[in-house]
Formats: sequence, C-alpha cells, structure tokens
Amino acid sequence: MQAEVRKQMLRMWRVGLLSGLALAAAPAHAFVAYVSNEKSNTVSVIDTDSWTVTKTIKVGQRPRGIDFTRDGKFVMVAVGDDDTIQMIDARTQAVVDSLPSGPDPELFAQDAAGKILYVANENDNTVTVIDLEKRARLGDIQVGVEPEGMTISPDGKILINTSETTNMAHFIDTNSRQIVANVLVDARPRFAEFKHDASEVWVSSEIGGTVSVIDPKKHEVIGKVNFEIPGLRKEAIQPVGIGMTKDDKTAFVALGPANRIAVVDVASRKVTKYLLVGQRVWHMAFTPDEKYLLTTNGVSNDVSVIDVAAQKVIKTIQVGELPWGITIAP
Amino acid sequence: MIRWLGGLIGWSLLATQALAAEPAQIGVGYLGLAATRSTLSLVEQPAENDGTAGARLAIEDNNTTGKFLNQRFTLEERRIKEGEDAVQAATDLAARNGFIVADLPADALLKVSDALRDRGTLLFNAGAIDERLREADCRANVIHTAPTRAMLADALGQYLVWKQWKRWLLVVGSHDEDKLFADAIRRTATRFGAKIVQEKIFEDKGGARRTDSGVTLIQRQMPVFTQGAPAYDVLVAADESEVFGAYLPYRTWDPRPVAGSAGLVPRTWDASQDQWGAIQMQNRFIKLNARRMTALDMQVWTAVRMIGEATSRTNSGDVKKVTDFIKGPDFSVAAFKGTKLTLRDWNLQLRQPILLVDGRMVVSVSPQEGFLHQVSELDTLGYDRPESKCKLK
Repeated sequence: MQAEVRKQMLRMWRVGLLSGLALAAAPAHAFVAYVSNEKSNTVSVIDTDSWTVTKTIKVGQRPRGIDFTRDGKFVMVAVGDDDTIQMIDARTQAVVDSLPSGPDPELFAQDAAGKILYVANENDNTVTVIDLEKRARLGDIQVGVEPEGMTISPDGKILINTSETTNMAHFIDTNSRQIVANVLVDARPRFAEFKHDASEVWVSSEIGGTVSVIDPKKHEVIGKVNFEIPGLRKEAIQPVGIGMTKDDKTAFVALGPANRIAVVDVASRKVTKYLLVGQRVWHMAFTPDEKYLLTTNGVSNDVSVIDVAAQKVIKTIQVGELPWGITIAP
Repeated sequence: MIRWLGGLIGWSLLATQALAAEPAQIGVGYLGLAATRSTLSLVEQPAENDGTAGARLAIEDNNTTGKFLNQRFTLEERRIKEGEDAVQAATDLAARNGFIVADLPADALLKVSDALRDRGTLLFNAGAIDERLREADCRANVIHTAPTRAMLADALGQYLVWKQWKRWLLVVGSHDEDKLFADAIRRTATRFGAKIVQEKIFEDKGGARRTDSGVTLIQRQMPVFTQGAPAYDVLVAADESEVFGAYLPYRTWDPRPVAGSAGLVPRTWDASQDQWGAIQMQNRFIKLNARRMTALDMQVWTAVRMIGEATSRTNSGDVKKVTDFIKGPDFSVAAFKGTKLTLRDWNLQLRQPILLVDGRMVVSVSPQEGFLHQVSELDTLGYDRPESKCKLK
C-alpha cells in the first residue's frame, strides 16, 4: 500500500519535472539499502521509507562485502566462495557482471573517483587492485596473513588494509602501491574507518575487544576505545563494524555477539551509550541524510534501524540468513 | 603483463626489505616421536608429519608478519626413535633454538623440562594431555597448548547434560591412559550431575587392528558385550589406546549413542571446523601440506603462533622477554575459536573452547550455555584455580 503511494508520488514527481514545474516539497526521503546475506547467498533490498524488504536477489556463494559504485549505478558484492565480485544493476536489481578479484574476496574499498577498486583476498595474503571501468586486474600487493578491513583516506592517497592473523593495519601508498607503514593493533583487526577530517583512523579488533585510534601521519596508536557492559563477559565483546557521523563527533561500533552498538564520543574516545540491537551485530550503513543507521544482525537474521539523533533503535527488519554487509544508495 | 606488474610490486617490496638491517632470528625447535600410533579407523591414522605440519604453517604465518617487523622464524624438526634419549635431543635443539614445541609422553617431557630449566629455553607441551603435568608435576618453563583429559571430559559432559542424556554407561579400556580418561569422566559426571549407571572394562587381549574379515566378528562381539546394561542414555567410552572404542557406534545392544573416545569426540580442532574464520586457516593448511588439519597440528600451530604473537607485541626475539610477555596478564592469542585464548597463570595451561565432533561435522562447541564462571567460562572446563595442586617452579 505504502509502496503504491510512493510509486504514485514518484510518478507525480517525474511528471512535475517533465512539465517544468518546480516542486516545493520533495517526496519523503526514501533510500534503498542492500544487505548481503552470507548464508542464504542472497542480497535483500530494503526500502527505507516503508522499512520493508522489496526484493531478494540471488547472488553467488557467501556474499559478504557490499558497496555501491560511486555513480550509484551498480552494487558490488564480494562472493567469496565463488572467488569473484558480482555487479548488481541498481535499476534492474539483477546481477549483470563480475570483477576479476583474487581468491576469496571479503571486503573492498574504492578510490574517490570510483575508478580503482582494492580488494582484500583472505586466502592468499594479497590486496588485488582492479580497474573498475575496464574490469581488469592491475596487480597485487602482498600484505599480512588474512587481509580483511579496507579503507581509503579522504584525499585518496593512503589505503589501509588490516590483516587478521598478523594483527596489523598496513598503510599503502595508492600511487606507488607500496606499504609505507605497518601498525600493530589488537588481535583480529576487522575493519578500518577514517575520520572525515583525516586526522585519525579507527581500527576494530574483534578478538582483542578494542578499537585502536591511529594517527595516520605518525603511524602510531594514539589511543584506544574500550568497552565494558555490566553483566556481560569480556570475551563476548567483539568490535567489528564502525560508522562515523560526518561531523566526526559520534562513532557507532558494532560489538558482534554482545548484541549491541556502542555509541562513542569521538573526541574523548569514551562510550556514552550501548544500544541493544539484534544478535551478532556485524556491519552498518548510514542513510545519506544521516537520519538513520542500519545494522546487520547475523544470528537473528535481521537489520536494526537506529534513529541517529535520538540514539534509539526504532525498527527491526527480517532479511535473509546471516546478514553480513550493508550499503545504501548515495 | 598484469602478472608481470604484480611480480614487480612483489619484487620491489622484497628489495626494500633487503636494504633493512639483518632480521632478528627466532629459532623454534620441534621435538616428537618418530613412531606414530595405530588407530582402529584407517582414516584416522596419523600422518608422519602430524604436528610438524602445523608448525610449518605457523612458521609461514609468523614470517608473513615477521617481514614487516624484521623478524625471521626458523623451524628445526627432530623426531626421536625408540631408545633415543629425549633429553639429549632436546639439549641439542636448545643450543640453536630458544623455543621448543614438544609432543612427548609425560615422563619424557618432565625430564626434558628439568634438563632445560637453567638454560631459559621455553617449552610448549603440544601433545600430552596428562593432568599431572598441570598439577603436582607442573613446571614454570612448560606452557601447555594441549588440553587436559579433564578439559576434554568436561567439554563432553557439559553437552551430554545439556542434552539431558544424564545416565551414562562407562566402558573403560584396560590400559593406564584409558583408566586416566575414565577418572576424568567420573569427575565430570559428579561435577555436572550425571550418573554412571554401570562401568564395564574392555580387556585388551592383543590382536591385530587390521584383519580381512574383522567386521563380522566385531558385529557379533559388541552387541553381546553391551547386553544387559541398566537403563542408560549414552555410552561413554574411555579408549585412548584405540582397542575397541570405534567398534561401538551402531553395535550396542540397546540403540544408544556413543561418545568419548568414539562417536561424539571432544577435540581441540577438527578438519571440519569452519566457523570464526577457520576456513582460511584450513585452506592455508591444505595448500601447504596436501592433507587435512588434525587436533595435534592445531595444538602445535597455536604454540608457534603464541611465540609469533609475543615477538610481534614485544618487538623482540629475546627469549626471556617473550617468555615474560606470554606469562604476563596482557597475553592472548586468536586461534579461530570465536574467542581469545589466554593462559591460566596458576599452571600455564591454555584456556580454550573444545569442539565436539563426529568425524564429519562439528556438533557443538563447549563451554555450553549456562555453565557460568566468575572469571572466564573457559574455566568451567578442567581443574580450576581453587582445586589446583600446582606450584610453579
């Protein structure tokens, strides 16, 4: 019903545009989120207006890392057990192409222009460099054991890769494709996130139970975020996904089997609140207007919707089995 | 062209490293027995490199990390034949290696640890599951990555109790280690409220494990052997000697599951374990060794990785520094078991979850839900601090 209304509005909106009328009020900010379901080999499409799953797309085996291309035309999803990254056409919502990643791709990062893709290949300790336009492999960079987390500095000059068994964040010069520094962090680093002002990189350690804050110029750990939840044993706190608001004031950290998202004050690196979400919360994505934050909850097979300003969970949406990654149309 | 470019990137990396200072050399020795034990099941027969294969992978993993820290790990393997002196072999290894990972019987391990005590060599016990090595006979220079019999029995017992299979028929072999495992199972039953309804002894009368028409005979023997037992839920076999355990499943007089040394078996690792990122580890292992990974391989891998973890955290290959760090409060290691593994500081036993496997799948992982502990739930497996008789020296 709601979807019908939305379609109607969309039609009106187009008609409005075509007839050259300026619309005073745009329709409600509806976005589209894509969630990779690791176990069901599908991607769930969520409409953020109705908060419902509008489509389930069959993809390759073990989909995990997922991201929109910069132009918003495609959704890339790493299907590790098929050793490739599939491209979903965002318009037709069907798999249309694949990329020549290395074996077992898990997470990836793209440069600001959306031309070069860097893929972490867990099985052979490399980062694969791919030309997105030509869909061609440009080369490999040798990193530590089990590369996983990937992020690029806001100026595009530095690529960060974390390796899970080596326990390092590798700083890679995107020009020379050489490692310029290795920073030791706590056990099993899973995810890296730059502050928008590029002054810090945050790296989560799943088994270590911390987030390391790294100075990207000095290549040093300058602080750590620690987590403590009364009544919960320390081993259950396993930080994975990190999301930071555009003003760099608030960070959200997914704590895995602790079933909570920690709200962290970025300046003081202190947790201000824990939000109870679904089971084994893994990754997250903001809506572009930053009103909502969506988290994937692997064991409860759902996605939690957090009202960012109110810091409250407002909704839970059932998706496929073992939801892992999430991306929202730009 | 693409391959060439990839090669160039790799080469330039190597070249950069070659210019750096000489890497710190960290020598790891492996000491085990040349003879492999004989198992009832042909598929369970250990490979000649059981254990060392795990060491080789861990050395490779450590060196991948080590190249970023200018540390280089080497492995020296030594397997002693019957009649050869373990102490002599260990002393020889210790001349070139600050760390020795051992898969030795308890008595030989004790002799080695006492002989090496003043040298400062750090020993890892990756094979012996004897309780006494962590209790009355514990040593300050021995770290245990192998589990204990009590840890294994508790891991199994927690699951059986969770499953409400609380009436156990215990069948014990006639060898010493079978009896020790039976002791551990009795202790578990008492701790977790299970009842051993009857105990039977399976006498080892000798005989070959491989015969051409063995299956016919076993099919007649086993139902009769288990006939007339009081009502029970599960048969628990204590047969470390591999004399009868594997013959029990599907052949009991009453249709009951089998656990312990056959059926549902507690182990630190299994080739079917694929959770918590383990698939990467399994793939790496198969690629390197052309076979699947055993529990012993994992116990050795963990020992060598503990060394690598400590050398990277301390940025040092100094044995004393590394040893202090491993024994210190900040040490932990990740080993694909969903939680960090730490040392029990009172006896240097590695805390670890135990898998319950049936030979094809991981059925469950203990500690089970609801078995609580004030320090770590992993301490619900095996002897806890207040019960320990260990005085480290």
